[in-house]
Amino acid sequence: MKIAGRAIKLGDNINTDFIISGRYKFSITDIKELSKHIMEDIDPGFAKKLLPGKSIIVAGKNFGMGSSREQAPLVIKECGIVAILAKTFARIFYRNSFNIGLALIETDTDKIAEGDSLAINLEQGIVKDITKSRELKIKPVPEFMQEFLRAGGIVNYFKKHGKLPEVK
Amino acid sequence: MAKTIAEKILGIHSGKDLTAGDFAVCKVDFAFGQDGTSSIIIDRIKDLKAKSLKTNFCMVIDHNAPSPNEGVSRVHKKMRDFSTEFNSRLYDIGCGICHQVLPESGQILPGDLVLGADSHTCTYGALGAFATGVGSTDLAITLATGKNWLKVPETFKIVVTGLIPKGVSAKDIILYIIKTIKADGATYKAIEFQGQVIDKLGMDGRFTICNMVVEMGAKAGFMPQDEKVVQWLRSKVSKNKKIRPVSADRDARYEKIIKYDISKLTPQVSRPHSVDNVAGVEDLKGVKINQAFLGTCTNGRLEDLKVAAGILKFRKVASGVKFIVAPASKPIFLESLKLGIIDILVRAGAAVISPGCGPCVGTHCGVPADNEVVISSANRNFKGRMGNPNAFIYLASPATVAASAIKGRIADPREYF
Repeated sequence: MKIAGRAIKLGDNINTDFIISGRYKFSITDIKELSKHIMEDIDPGFAKKLLPGKSIIVAGKNFGMGSSREQAPLVIKECGIVAILAKTFARIFYRNSFNIGLALIETDTDKIAEGDSLAINLEQGIVKDITKSRELKIKPVPEFMQEFLRAGGIVNYFKKHGKLPEVK
Repeated sequence: MAKTIAEKILGIHSGKDLTAGDFAVCKVDFAFGQDGTSSIIIDRIKDLKAKSLKTNFCMVIDHNAPSPNEGVSRVHKKMRDFSTEFNSRLYDIGCGICHQVLPESGQILPGDLVLGADSHTCTYGALGAFATGVGSTDLAITLATGKNWLKVPETFKIVVTGLIPKGVSAKDIILYIIKTIKADGATYKAIEFQGQVIDKLGMDGRFTICNMVVEMGAKAGFMPQDEKVVQWLRSKVSKNKKIRPVSADRDARYEKIIKYDISKLTPQVSRPHSVDNVAGVEDLKGVKINQAFLGTCTNGRLEDLKVAAGILKFRKVASGVKFIVAPASKPIFLESLKLGIIDILVRAGAAVISPGCGPCVGTHCGVPADNEVVISSANRNFKGRMGNPNAFIYLASPATVAASAIKGRIADPREYF
């Protein structure tokens, strides 16, 4: 699976309340409407910086910490962010993202700069920072989780195969 | 091979011999959603065209209960309609917070595998269940298949020893542990708590500690399942159900063993805007507060309300301070009424609200104004958490919240013990 886009940098410990605030997520069920409030409490101009279908969030450690709200990865995907690179992810957010078909990649993100052009190859386990002509190794994504991404999420996977994947 | 509690429980539920690092598909005993996560669960169930639910399931309306606006009301109605259609149980407004309602209902036992669409599902580790938070799609897949895939976590053993100082509670202990481990220090891990301090804690304190393991990234936390656990469950579980405690093998492999002696621990406070930004109350005395909140799945239990009432009896909340109290469940509300606890709190100046999450998640019942400072017994103080990104939230024990409410500034509760 190949994914390309431009880096939008964020820091450490970006929590799910920052991604989508509780004061919106309980009352707004339309994800498109909800996605207008992405990252509002830490950067009200965040949504305007995005290039739909071409933005990749590049963050520090523990991205997605906090609540189990699936609205967090859903608004990220809805805004046209195609993947998230971070040093580490919080576990519920990690599962939620693969379940809805949003690729998360663990790698050392320190040397990637805002606006860098990135190309991810999941099967080969590498990210190319084209702007800097550098190659970064990524933490391998289990094969069955790559299957979720290819299917567009676990629901589509299940509808296609009628069962959960074999896991090892 | 010797096994941890996590390896044992997941092994039994997958029918395989598992060790940390393995992936497995496990049978799930119990699953639930709340009103922040159930709308998507229902959409996914419909998308999956599931005709029946393959796991014991219920929904709890607690995060915005009663509803503050029409958007939330629509979600609540959707949950009620689904519960009727699928004949699943619904705990409606006023029942309380899922993490108190479900253990109290006697449906969760030692050794169970529980998936909840709420991050604080880890609370039930106090009963010896492998309980962890997942998202809505994960929950829907679980309901459609009766199973889900899990990675077997490595385990940290945390041993807490010493004598519990006066005025120091389970909340102070877990805040101190989070201060040292940090917000991501136990990501993906299970935690087994042991030691004389843990043995001494009552069930309410054990729930408080397990509730907050997710604040250091953990997947699950476990308390020892001693006679206190069995006694607590006995009155709640139907007679034909066997209670079988699960313990780790003596030579089980732990990724880390961390020891704490808390004999000199002081009341602890998390400062804005992260849970691991912890200081002793002695360093924060004098910080003016505008609001004090007692409640939540962390500290809205009977012991918590009792401690606060002990401090507030014959005293008054400082003028200008809003003091909000939300009992964690209906049985706790009723018991505190019977014991005169609510009487004391209301006379002291509390606004008591319906059992539920209250103002913790920022939708109603006490959203702070710009620049206001809140001291809360909750588990998260992220910027914006209580509905206003320009407010400041400090987290502390029920005793520290009560003492601070009296003084109108962050106060050391030890002078009241």
